[in-house]
Order: sequence, then structure tokens, then C-alpha cells
Amino acid sequence: MVELVLFIVFGVIAIAGALAMLLHPNPVHGALGLMATMLSLAVFYVVNSGHFIAAVQVVVYAGAVMTLFLFVIMLIGVDQAENLEERLPFQRQLALGLGALFLVLMGLIGGTAWIAAPPGSSQPNGTVEAIADLIFTDWLLPFEVTTLLLIIASVGAVVLAQFEPRRKDGGDS
Amino acid sequence: MEVTAGWYLSLGAVLFVIGAGGMMLRRNALVMFMSIELMLNAVNLSFVAVGRHTGDLNGQVAVFFVMVVAAAEVVVGLAIIIAVFRRRASASVDDLAVLKG
Amino acid sequence: MIDYIWIVIALPLAGALFLHFFGQRLAEPWAGVIATSTIGGAFMYAAIAAADFLTGSGEPEVVHLFDWISALGADAELLWDPLSAVMTVTVTGVGSLIHLYSIGYMHGDPRYGRFFTNLNFFAASMLILVLADNFGLLFVGWELVGLSSYLLISFWFTKPSAAAAGKKAFVVNRIGDVGFLIGLMLILANFNTLTYGTVLEEPARFVTAGTATTITLLLLLGAAGKSAQIPLHFWLPDAMEGPTPVSALIHAATMVTAGVYMVARTASLFELASFSATTVATVGAFTAFFAATIALMQRDIKRVLAFSTISQLGYMFLAVGTGAYVAAIFHLFTHAFFKALLFLGSGSVIHALDGEQDMAKMGGLRKVMPFTHATMAVGWLAIIGIPPLAGFWSKDEILALAFGAGGWFRFLWVLGLITALLTAVYMTRWMYLTFWGQARWDDGVHPHESPAVMTLPLLALAGGSIFFGLLNTPFHGPFKPAFEHFLEPSFEAIDMAHLPEGSTPWILAAISVATAVLGAFFAFRRYRGAEAFDRVPVAQGRTGVWRWVRNGYYVDDIIGNLLVLPGKLVAAWTAFVMDSEIIDGSVRAVGGGVRRVGGWLRPLQTGFVRNYAAVTFSGVVALLVWFVSRGVV
Repeated sequence: MVELVLFIVFGVIAIAGALAMLLHPNPVHGALGLMATMLSLAVFYVVNSGHFIAAVQVVVYAGAVMTLFLFVIMLIGVDQAENLEERLPFQRQLALGLGALFLVLMGLIGGTAWIAAPPGSSQPNGTVEAIADLIFTDWLLPFEVTTLLLIIASVGAVVLAQFEPRRKDGGDS
Repeated sequence: MEVTAGWYLSLGAVLFVIGAGGMMLRRNALVMFMSIELMLNAVNLSFVAVGRHTGDLNGQVAVFFVMVVAAAEVVVGLAIIIAVFRRRASASVDDLAVLKG
Repeated sequence: MIDYIWIVIALPLAGALFLHFFGQRLAEPWAGVIATSTIGGAFMYAAIAAADFLTGSGEPEVVHLFDWISALGADAELLWDPLSAVMTVTVTGVGSLIHLYSIGYMHGDPRYGRFFTNLNFFAASMLILVLADNFGLLFVGWELVGLSSYLLISFWFTKPSAAAAGKKAFVVNRIGDVGFLIGLMLILANFNTLTYGTVLEEPARFVTAGTATTITLLLLLGAAGKSAQIPLHFWLPDAMEGPTPVSALIHAATMVTAGVYMVARTASLFELASFSATTVATVGAFTAFFAATIALMQRDIKRVLAFSTISQLGYMFLAVGTGAYVAAIFHLFTHAFFKALLFLGSGSVIHALDGEQDMAKMGGLRKVMPFTHATMAVGWLAIIGIPPLAGFWSKDEILALAFGAGGWFRFLWVLGLITALLTAVYMTRWMYLTFWGQARWDDGVHPHESPAVMTLPLLALAGGSIFFGLLNTPFHGPFKPAFEHFLEPSFEAIDMAHLPEGSTPWILAAISVATAVLGAFFAFRRYRGAEAFDRVPVAQGRTGVWRWVRNGYYVDDIIGNLLVLPGKLVAAWTAFVMDSEIIDGSVRAVGGGVRRVGGWLRPLQTGFVRNYAAVTFSGVVALLVWFVSRGVV
């Protein structure tokens, strides 16, 4: 019962946020809508026993990623509303058509069976310890690799986003 | 009526479609990027839902890794967007059609 | 000694090879000296080897060198019998004298060394032809000789006319060679081998008269090409573009006689096919007459001699056609001497006058070049058939045998007699315009006698022209038909024509001599006087029929328009339409097609990321559709 209510409420919020991002001309509003979606998703994670994941979602996604987005929006100065007129031919029709088709297919799939595996005996244990357990034993290598990835990404971001020093000779850097 | 994993998967599908539509329909580079994030999130939701259904914790581990990679991707992507759009006034990706055949 | 007879070929071949690499680097006379030594050495060897046949004690021998195409019976084997001995001695003997002469004649030419390379190479090729024991090797020699001829005619290839003449000679030769080859194929088909021994021994065992006729007619075609008989004669006058020693050696004494040699060698085949033999004789006689008429009207000193050569070759063909093989070879032998003499003499004249070849600008040279004049006079008397010089004996034997053969051959005898008259006329005209009468050369030209290296060969050849006729006199006692006896072993099985008995030959001889004297006298009267040449336009060949005659009855032009022009059109079409447009066009079309297809596909690359995203998403949806339709999900 509780779950149903939570699902409906936060489901609506999630979709509303997503639609806001999609439809609203102002990207700042879109970012905020997306943040709302992400927070709803965090709730869903909690409902589905993914406690650690929910926390990470809030901290990383809603907290860091979206904030970063807002920073960049402000930095580049594109916070003005964008012109929503579509200039590419057939793009809208194509997008809407494909989306609808996708959803229909999803419905078809869902009509038969969403999940092939049998239901588990109990809910997964989404605590920090359990997840840590898995990460540092079964999934150690991917963990290390993603560490490396993060380092590379950070370095790359710094290099890419540098301000170019003004050159006396007027050449490109 | 019980909320099964199927409901969450449907919701994820809807969010995914919205994200894809955002990619195709919006011209603003940052909005496009946010749509990508939305798609990733929809997938995360699917992972968690199925994990809950089968009782397997590996679904959440997958979500963990997806998040890490998505974060890294956001970092690099935004850096690129900054680098590209610093020179221009607009953030419209339609202006980047230099690779036109 | 006979076992090593291949030395005769090897010496000039080695000379050619050596001179090919080093000839141009040697100082002037050395290339010539080397070349002359090799062929001189070959001559001495051959002469000694042939001595056995002289005494009548020698036997024809086959010398096997190495296996070549044994399946066809065409190994590298040489046949040393009297016929090949005569040919070898002629080629090397006259050849050495001409090599010696060339040392002086080609003095100053920038490609001096190359000349002797080619000349030695020619000698080697001709010797291969003459010494071969099978048709395969004969053909090798045949083709190599054609190649040498081409190289030597267009020796001064920077002159377009010389290059064209070489090409013409080669191509016309080739046409004859087609016939020759088909004939060889027929021989192979019927006899299963190409070796002389099998084919010529008793051909009646293998072929019928009809097949033999076909084979021999085809062989005649080849011989006509090589020996410049109608209808393949028209390359020889143009071949005069080559240096005079070349004209002397190849187009007078040796190469052009290859056809006669070939017919003589295949005598047993011709015996079976009397129709072919008659055809050979007819072609020969008509060619002789025809060429003699044209020679009357020529102004170029060498062209007169060229047509004269064609005419004399016609006599040789008349002889082989009549079955007078010995007479033909004998005339070949004597003709080699006096024709080479005449050519070399004209070379001396040209050399003395700094390259002038038009007889209108000559005259009175006997005072300035007495020695040359004396030897030329010998050659002149020899060719018109004044006894006791060589030409009389050989030509007369031919005419007498033709008369003796009766029937159609008697008509050919009449033609031969008229030709003899014409020969006397045009040769006397030639002598007159060049050596007698008034001097007509340009100012600034100082004719002088040639150096010894050039006059010595003239002396030797003149000697031959005087005395060698006596080698085959139809007498008994000291002057017997030595030549005939010499050649007997080669023609054992052949039923040769023989001189009619009694006084007929003598009457005939008297008639020929009378016609010769008549012709000479007529020419004397006509061309006497200072402006003889400029006198009557008729004599110059400007009006009507005479113009026709002077231009060789326009055979060249007819062939040119009939055959060469269509050939050129086909070549032009192939080059500019088929190659440029059709073939290149299709290649270009393929390229163009690819570009066009690329052009159609290019609009897909719009450059808009959103389009690409849409395409990607549609791919995803398509995959899903596929999976769902399969019922996988």
C-alpha cells in the first residue's frame, strides 16, 4: 500500500521533472526538473532496498552532477531561453514516432514477461557493508579500473577546460 | 494492487524515451547532455528493480559502477562543452555541423 | 674439318656479339677490322672445307650441334653439301670484300661500330639460313636475316625515309613469311618432320601432287617476299636508303638470293608440282621484264641497280622454274660478284660526290676516277652479257634452257630476251650518265678516287666478274662445266634441265649477244651529248606512259591506298576510339559511377548531431522490433 502510494507520487514527480527538462526553454529550469527526477529515483532505490545506492544517488547525481551542470550553464552564459523552433526537417515527427514505437514495444515485451529469472526468495541486502563486500571481492578489478577512469577524467577535464593564456604573437595555443 | 518490478521497468522505459527525445529534439548542448544523464538514470532504475525482484545484490553493484562512469563522463563532457562553446555565443549544437558531407 | 663447320657461323656471330658491347668504343677502323677478320676467317674455313667437293671426293654431311625441337625434327643441325658450300663461300667471300670496303666507306659515321655489329650479325644469320639442315633452322635464319636487313636499311634512322624503308622491308617480308609458315605447317602435317633428309628425299611417298603444289606455292610466296619478286617486290627500291655496302651485300649478293636458294633446296618438291614450277618461272620472267622497264626511267644511281637486281633475280627464278637449278645457282653466284661490284662502285661515286645520288648531277667521272671507272666497265659488260665475262655464261644458260623447255617456256624465253635488251639499254645509260659525257656536278664538289681500302675490293670483284664465268662453260676439255659437276651431289635425284644438243645453244647465244650489243648501241646514240639528260622529256619520264613506268607502275601507291591506308585507319580507330574512349571511358565510367553513388549517400551526413542521434535510436528500435518479432524476448 505504502509502496503504491510512493510509486504513484514519486513516479509523477519523476516524469514531470523529465518532461520539464525536455520541454522547458530555459535550461536552468530543465536542470532543476532533472534534479527533482533524480531525487524521486533515490526514493525508489530506497523502496527497492538499495539504501547505499540511494545515498550515492543523492550525493553524486543530484548533489554533484546536477550542480556541475548548473555551474556550466551559468559559466557559458546560456541561461537564456532557447528558441524552440525546429529547423531540421522531419526531426520532430521522427523523434515522436520512434518514441511511441519504443513504448509500444516495451508494452509488448511487458505483456509477456519482463523478467526471465525466477523471483528471489528475499529482498537484496542493500547496506553499505554488503555492497562493499561485493565490490572489494567479486568486483575488485572493475573497481580499480573505474578509479583509474576517474583520475583520467579529472586530468582530462582540467586540460580541456583551461583558459588559454594570451599570446603576444597572436598565435593559437 | 501490488507494485511489481514490472511497474518500475515501465517507468524506466518512459524516462528513457523522454531522455532519447530530449537528445533528438533539443538544440541546447547542455540539455542534450542532461537527457543522456536521464537515460542513464532510467537504466539504473531498471537494474535496481530487477535486482530487487531476483534478490541479487549485483544489480545494485552495477548501478554503482554506472554512476561512477557517468560521473566521469559528465566531467569530461562538460569540459569539452566549455572548450567548444567558449568561443561562440550560442550553445546550439546545430552550429557544429562542420563535419557535414 | 666438317665437324667444326659451325665455326663458319660462330666467327661472325662472335664478332657481332663483341662489337655489340665494345664496337662503339673502339677507335675508327678497329671495329671494321675485327668484323672483316671474322668473316674473312669464315671464308677461308669454308673454302678449305669445300675443296673436297671440288675434287669430287666429298660427301654431303650432316653435323649435329644440339637438340632443339626434336619433336618437329628441327634440331640444330647443319648440312654441308655442295649447294650449301657454294652459298657459304659466296656469302663469306663477297661478304668479306664488302666488309673491307665498308671500313673506308663508313669512315666518319658516328655509329661506325654499330654498323659492323649489324653487318656481322647479318653474315651469321645468312650462314645459319644457308647451312641449316631443316626447315625450322632455315626459318630462324630467314627471320634473322629479315631483322638484319631492317636494322641495316634504317641504319640512318634519324632520316624518316630510311626508317620508313626499313619498316616497309620488314613488313613486306613478313607477308611473304606468312605463306612460308603455312607451307612449313603443311610440310609438318604431311611429313611429320622438318628435316631436309626426310622431306626432300622422296616426297612422293608422303604427299600427292596436289598437296605438293599447295606447299610449293606457299613456299614461293615466302621466296617472293624475300627475293623481291612480283607482287612483293616494292620494298627493294626503298631499301636503297641504307648505306651502299648494305645494298651491295644484302640486297644484291646475298639476302635476296635466299629465296632462290630455298626453291633450289626444295627442288624435289617442285618436281612433283609442275604447276608450281611453271608459276615460279612465270613470276620470274615477268618480274624480270617489268623491273627492267622501270629501271630505264630512274634517275637515282642506286635505284637503277635496285630494279636491276629485281630483274636479275627474276632470271634466277625463271631458271629454277624451268628445272635449271645449276643455272640458277650459277647465275646467283656470278650475279653476286658483278652486282656487288656495281653497287660498291656506285658507292665510291656517291662517296666521291659527297652524297650525291642523282645521275643528273654526275657525268664525266671517268676522268676523275679512272680505277673505279675501269672496274665499273667490267661490271657493266658482265651484266649485259658480253662474253667471255661471267654474266654471259650464266644468263645465257638460263635463256637457252628456257628455250629448250618448250611450250610456255618459250614465251618466257622471249620475255627474257627482251629483258636482256632492256638491261643493256638501261645499264649503258647508267654508265653513260655517270662516267661518260660531260661533267654535270655541282660547284664545290670535288670528286676524287677512293682510298685503297675501297678500290681493292672492287678489283677483286671485277676479277671474279671476268673469270668466274669460265667455271661453268658447256665445253669439254679444259673449260668444262665445273660448277655443274660441283653441284651434282646436291641435285642427284632431280631431273634437271639440260642444254639442248647441237648448235641450238650457240644460235641462241649469238642472238642474246646481238641483242645486248644492240641495246648498248642504242643507248650510246641516245645519251650521247652534253645535255643528253635534259633532252627529251619522254626520256625523263614526264609524259603519259613513261611517267607510269618511272613511278614503278604506281604499285607502291596502289598498295599504299589499298592496304596501308585502311590499316592506318584501323590503327587510328583502335587508338583513339577504342582505347581512348571505349576502354578508358569504361574505366572512367566506373570511377564516375562510384562518385555518383557517393554523391547520393553524402546527404546522409548532415553534420547535425541530432540527426545522428535519431539514426542511432532508430537502430535501437529496429533491433527491438527484430527481437520481438522473433519472440526472443
